Amino acid sequence: MSIIGDKAQVDFGEKVLREVNVTLVDAKVGEYVLVHAGYAIQTMSEKDALETLSLWNEVLEAGRE
Amino acid sequence: METSQSFRDPELARRVAEKIKSLTPNTRTIKICHVCGTHEWTISHFGMRSLLPKNIEVIAGPGCPVCILPASEVDAAIKIAKKGITVTCFGDVLRVPGSRGSLLDAKADGADVRIIYSTSDAVKMAQEEPAKEFVFFAVGFETTAPSTAIEVERKSAENLSFLVSHRIVPPAMELLAKMDDLALDGFIAPGHVSTIIGVEPYAIFPAKYGLPTVVAGFEPLDLLFAVYMIIKQISESKPRLENEYSRGVQWAGNIKAQRLISTAFDVKDGKWRGLGIIPKSTLALKQIYAHYDAIHRHNINLEDGVDSQPGCLCHLVVVGKIKPNACPLFLKACTPQNPVGACMVSIEGTCRVWAKTINLV
Repeated sequence: MSIIGDKAQVDFGEKVLREVNVTLVDAKVGEYVLVHAGYAIQTMSEKDALETLSLWNEVLEAGRE
Repeated sequence: METSQSFRDPELARRVAEKIKSLTPNTRTIKICHVCGTHEWTISHFGMRSLLPKNIEVIAGPGCPVCILPASEVDAAIKIAKKGITVTCFGDVLRVPGSRGSLLDAKADGADVRIIYSTSDAVKMAQEEPAKEFVFFAVGFETTAPSTAIEVERKSAENLSFLVSHRIVPPAMELLAKMDDLALDGFIAPGHVSTIIGVEPYAIFPAKYGLPTVVAGFEPLDLLFAVYMIIKQISESKPRLENEYSRGVQWAGNIKAQRLISTAFDVKDGKWRGLGIIPKSTLALKQIYAHYDAIHRHNINLEDGVDSQPGCLCHLVVVGKIKPNACPLFLKACTPQNPVGACMVSIEGTCRVWAKTINLV
C-alpha cells in the first residue's frame, strides 16, 4: 500500500492492514510479500504461483500416455 | 478457479495421490520426515495421511521452535521477569513449561510479561517507555532470527535486550538422519526456513545420507507433490535435492537475511528440548553485541533445567519416534488447555495439532 523507510503498510486481505518491516526485501508498492512475524522475508508474484500450478499439471500429464 | 483455490483443488489432489500410489513400492514401509510445525498442521488438518498408501508414513520431526525450547531458557526468562524487567514474547512461548512453571505463571504472580506479534512490537514498546527495561525472548528458527539481527544491529532501543533462543534446523535434521532406529527414507524440508537459508544447506542429506530431500510449501497440494517427488526419487534410486516451493524459496535463499544473521550471531552448540546438545545448532549474539544480550546485561545464571515432566513422552514425539496418541498423558493429563509437555503448547506442536484434528492412522 505504501512504503516509508523500512516500514510498509501491507494489505493482508479483507481490509486487514498492518505495518511490516521490509528491510529484508526489495519490495515495491503493489507487490506481494511473504510476511513472517511482522517482517517481509520474500517478495512473491502471481506469475510464480501460476508457474507452480502449470508445473504440477505438466507432471500429472507426463504419466498419462 | 481462483489461483489460491487451485492449490487446494481436490481433483488435482486425487490425481497426485494416484500417481504416488502407482510409484510406491509395496515391499516395505517408507518413512518421510518433515521438519515444520505448519507442515504438520496442513497434513493433519486436510487429512492428508488418509490419501497416502498405508506403507507411506509421514512423521513430524523437530519443526516447532517452541517444542524444542529448553526449560533452562524459559527459567532464564522467568528469572528476568521476576527482577521487575518487562519480558516480551510471542504468544505460544508464554505457556511453555520451564522447570517449575511457565512465563504465564510468572505473569499471574505479578511479573510484567507481554505478548507481542513481532520483534518490532518489542522495539516500539521499549521506545514508548524509555524509563523501563525490556527484554525480548527471541524464540524461533532461521525465519525469525533475521528480525532479531535487524533490531540488534540497528541498536533500536537502549532499554531493550534479547534473550536469544534461536536454533538452526539442518543440524537437527542431520541428527535424525543418523538415527538408525528412526530409519528415514526422505525429508520434506521446511518452507519458510528455506526462504531464508535457501536450498543448498540440505545438500548433505541426499549426498551423505542417501535421503531424497524436497523443500515444500504449505498448501495441501505442495505437500502431496513433495511426497510424490520423494517417492519418485526413491523409485528411481536417485536421491537428490529438489525445491517444490519455488514461488516462496529461491535456491540461494534470502542473501540479505543470511548476511544479517552472520553479522549478528555466532553459531554454537546448543540444547534442544528432548534432543540434547546438537553441535553448531544455536545462534548466540556476537561479543560486540554483548550489551544487547539479556543474559549478560541482567547477569543471569543459565542453569540446567528440567525439560521433561514425569510421564511426558515429548522427547519421543519431537523426533517422530512415537505418535502423540501413544503418549499415556495425551488428552488425559496433557491437554491444549493444560499442557504438560512443550509439544502440546504451540499451534505448531505435534501433540497440539493432533489434539485439534483427527489423524486416522
